[in-house]
Amino acid sequence: MAELGTSLGIVVGYLAITLAVGLVAYRLTDRSAEDYYLASRSVGTVVLLFTTFATLLSAFTFFGGPNLAFSAGPEWILVMGLMDGILFALLWYAIGYKQWLVGKAHGYVTLGEMLGDRFGSTGLRGLVAGVSLLWLFPYVMLQQIGAGQALVGLTDGAVPYWAGAAMITVFMVAYVALSGLRGVAWTDTLQGVFMLGVVWLAVAWVASAAGGVSALTAGMAQANPEFASLGGGLYSPQWMIGTAVVIAFGVAAFPQVNQRFFMADRAETLKRSFALWPVLVLLLFVPAFLLGSWAVGLGITVPDGSNVLPILLNEYTPAWFAALVVAGALAAMMSSSDSMLLSGSSYFTRDLYRPFVAPDASDAREGWIARVGVAVFAASTFVASLLVGGGGGLDVLVTLGDTAFGGYAQLTIPLLLALYWARTTKWGMVAGIAAAEAVYIPHALFAGDVAFLSTTYLTWDYALWCMLVSLVVTVGVSLVTTAAPAENAEKFGVGAD
Amino acid sequence: MNYYHGVMTRNRSDLLWILAFAALVAFAIPWFLWGDATVVAGLPLWLWWHVGWMALASVAFYAFARTGGWDRGVDAGVIRRG
Repeated sequence: MAELGTSLGIVVGYLAITLAVGLVAYRLTDRSAEDYYLASRSVGTVVLLFTTFATLLSAFTFFGGPNLAFSAGPEWILVMGLMDGILFALLWYAIGYKQWLVGKAHGYVTLGEMLGDRFGSTGLRGLVAGVSLLWLFPYVMLQQIGAGQALVGLTDGAVPYWAGAAMITVFMVAYVALSGLRGVAWTDTLQGVFMLGVVWLAVAWVASAAGGVSALTAGMAQANPEFASLGGGLYSPQWMIGTAVVIAFGVAAFPQVNQRFFMADRAETLKRSFALWPVLVLLLFVPAFLLGSWAVGLGITVPDGSNVLPILLNEYTPAWFAALVVAGALAAMMSSSDSMLLSGSSYFTRDLYRPFVAPDASDAREGWIARVGVAVFAASTFVASLLVGGGGGLDVLVTLGDTAFGGYAQLTIPLLLALYWARTTKWGMVAGIAAAEAVYIPHALFAGDVAFLSTTYLTWDYALWCMLVSLVVTVGVSLVTTAAPAENAEKFGVGAD
Repeated sequence: MNYYHGVMTRNRSDLLWILAFAALVAFAIPWFLWGDATVVAGLPLWLWWHVGWMALASVAFYAFARTGGWDRGVDAGVIRRG
């Protein structure tokens, strides 16, 4: 039981530090929406980079990803490199920098607001917010499932699943409602640095205990010769490219990431973070996923419903260190979820509640609704996580995560067209997004289970085909419709030549 | 003459950046090592490629942000003027 005390002590201590940071931020936050959601567009390089990075990371970095590397091999590192190190960095420039310019010029806080204003359409604004919230829900739920399971694993079941998930949920709601984006960004930075430190310590520890890096790789190659060679098994070129493209494009429209494009204090911040993306990807994913793959050669067995990383660390490092890593994983889940809750609440209050329900709500009322929205959203995902989560089949994490990214990826091509192609019309946007989602959602739910919905067509992932639908329909409908007088391409700097 | 020269240089540097980015995307996964299981200094060779490629990408992105590449294509001036 002494070990249980240590483990819980580390997790509780960690949560207390996070809360303290949130409280300091609360004292600095005024009550305006721009300050609550965007920290008044004042975020510098280090915080922007880490808050985006920590937000991207989730249960997947510590659990789902290493599990995948354990079962299929370390090539996942290359997929992450292409996805987040290269493709997302380029979208960071193409979408992020332009959104930042446009957002600063016109005071936008959300993606829906920006597109709605450009195309003079409250309907488009609502559609973008609605689609975004639809995918946000399962993803937040996924984080809660991960948190609950992490605490069950850490305490050998002394903290039951529901209690772990409930604790994390209550905690997040409290500090998101209090501190707004400034607190979220600061805690993200703390959490990101913490995760990086912990994962490298884990590699050093496991490597020294198991006879060095060469021995670990040799053991892995001996246990499963396919792991050392590039490709094979799950890793086909189509799968690697498809996964990287869909997730990179999905990330760019994920509310909590997309909203970060509005936050930077100046262009210099965006330039610096753009160049640092590949380095950060290298520093985090290589060690995390190598640990998962090396575990194969160490004879680690992972019972159904468990994660490889905590088991590996329990075997090779002291209990307090394994607890530190689980705290790191909780940090990852919380930094994703708190940002998602905050962005979700801004989408709800600004793009749905205000325009459709109460156009003349006061700022104070909007702020109040935003905070209640955070609590209601988190409570609903928590209840949902109780109904689906707890117990076996952790692969549901990966499946749910992948479908959410694909769902967001359907917004990204219409968004790029809106930003760069003056001829894009409101109806093009509405039709493109609606058509792609209408094809994507049935696939996400039933592909492979029913005869006429396949997971791949011509060997390529259905999500890619849906993105193609979004491109073709947005361009096609834009070409056959004319822009209404309220549509103003010059707002995006793509006015008539 | 000078204006014409400036436009030509700009277009050429735009093209070079587009080609550089395309190459960064295309070889982020070292296709030419497909099926290769060579281990160098304790790690698969393709993993060393990944390490080098991410470092190269970072340097390329830095150069893009520092030199005239940044701002090209996004019409920043138009947006600032409103």
